[in-house]
Amino acid sequence: MFPLRLDALRFAPPGRVILDSLDLELGGEGISLILGPNGVGKTLLLRLIAGLLTPVGGRIDWGGQVRPDGRLAMVFQQPMMLRLSVFANVEFALRPQGLSAAGRKARTVDVLARVGLSDRAGDCARLLSGGERQRLALARAWAMRPRLLLLDEPTASLDPSATEQVETIIREIRTDGAKVLMTTHNLGQATRLADDIIFLADGCVQEHESAHRFFAHPQSPAARAFLQGELPWRIAFDR
Amino acid sequence: MIWETAPGRCYSAAAMATTLVEAFALLASFDHRLLEIVGLSLRVSLSALVLGALLGLPLGAWLAVASFPGRGALIVAINALMGLPSVVVGVLVYLALSRSGPFGSLGLLFSPKAMIVAQTVLVVPLIAAVTRQIVEDAWKEYAPEFSLIGLSRPQSVLLLLADCRFSLTVATLAGLGRAMSEVGAVMIVGGNIDGYTRVMTTAIALETSKGDLALSIALGLVLMSLIFALNAAAHGLRCWAARRYG
Repeated sequence: MFPLRLDALRFAPPGRVILDSLDLELGGEGISLILGPNGVGKTLLLRLIAGLLTPVGGRIDWGGQVRPDGRLAMVFQQPMMLRLSVFANVEFALRPQGLSAAGRKARTVDVLARVGLSDRAGDCARLLSGGERQRLALARAWAMRPRLLLLDEPTASLDPSATEQVETIIREIRTDGAKVLMTTHNLGQATRLADDIIFLADGCVQEHESAHRFFAHPQSPAARAFLQGELPWRIAFDR
Repeated sequence: MIWETAPGRCYSAAAMATTLVEAFALLASFDHRLLEIVGLSLRVSLSALVLGALLGLPLGAWLAVASFPGRGALIVAINALMGLPSVVVGVLVYLALSRSGPFGSLGLLFSPKAMIVAQTVLVVPLIAAVTRQIVEDAWKEYAPEFSLIGLSRPQSVLLLLADCRFSLTVATLAGLGRAMSEVGAVMIVGGNIDGYTRVMTTAIALETSKGDLALSIALGLVLMSLIFALNAAAHGLRCWAARRYG
């Protein structure tokens, strides 16, 4: 499954080009964050990797394979919540894995405990708060034991406390052996979470560096301009 | 004031009041004939509803998630069949069940079973069309995550039906309303036989033409009450589900 290589990836809906000649190589460990201005194609890139969209050019290589041979999960910015209980919203995602009912139950109970939702297991998922919903979505993805976890701005609309809880869970999922690839607009979060940064601009990867190097010494003019627009976060990182 | 009822028969306001009193008396006394008609109506329509739901819900859900050539045409056809005149259904079922028809050997014509078949044919397109719309809206929202999770189409259909269960209950109740209020199909395939295939709507039509307005009005009140209760139940269910499940 790894290294995951994107070669000359191109996505161009009629009338415009969003991604063009995008090259990227990702190893199988750590947390990679995709940064870039609005509309540059961060979410689109995740959807292309997830196979939800098909590029018009280029190819995606999964460690020499056309398809990933490990499990892949994705948490969307507005995660799906079925009108079922919290428990059922995790358990159903395990059905395609061929686990027994007891196995599905055990794994669901375990993962709900890890994200701190054991006491809400019987409640309807749609009545959860925004932060709880994201934790439930992460629990669902985690329960699938993914080799690659794609996260699309998982804390976009959360308060600092809920954001911290979600970040803790993301770190635990990484520790559990999953490669995490996520988008964010929150540079503070990037400094806290990222092992490496992928900076997108003008339809391609402008920089792919370790987080420390990216924030301390951005190489491209686009990245420098992007970071200067978020100066307070840079100061926080430099400390 | 004078009302004309059956040809050549006119009712004064006083006669109308008397008729209303008689109608309420029939209801209050749990008139045996009236109860028999109401009971058969409920048995036929509820049976048709169960069969219609068993066929219409999976059909509608499958149409919502499937992609195949001609899907659009099939959706248009099912939507159009929602407005199918009940007399046309009656004639088609009559032809199918008549002695020389393909199912004539079953001997169902002029029986409650034939009426159930006719009402099922009427409610299946309604339930399937509404189900298709409700499930398709949910499918558009859930499809990317279902796809990544790796759910098969049958697993997706079952989950979507579970997720949309409250909206689909309303659609199913609408089907019951359609079944209970139709008259043409059951008249043709049931024959309106007293004590055997006479239901509320056919009885109302017959008794009105005979000028026996008391029974007609009593049956009409029962029918209206049932339809009103169904709608109230549907509304209450929606409100409760919105509070309980979001």
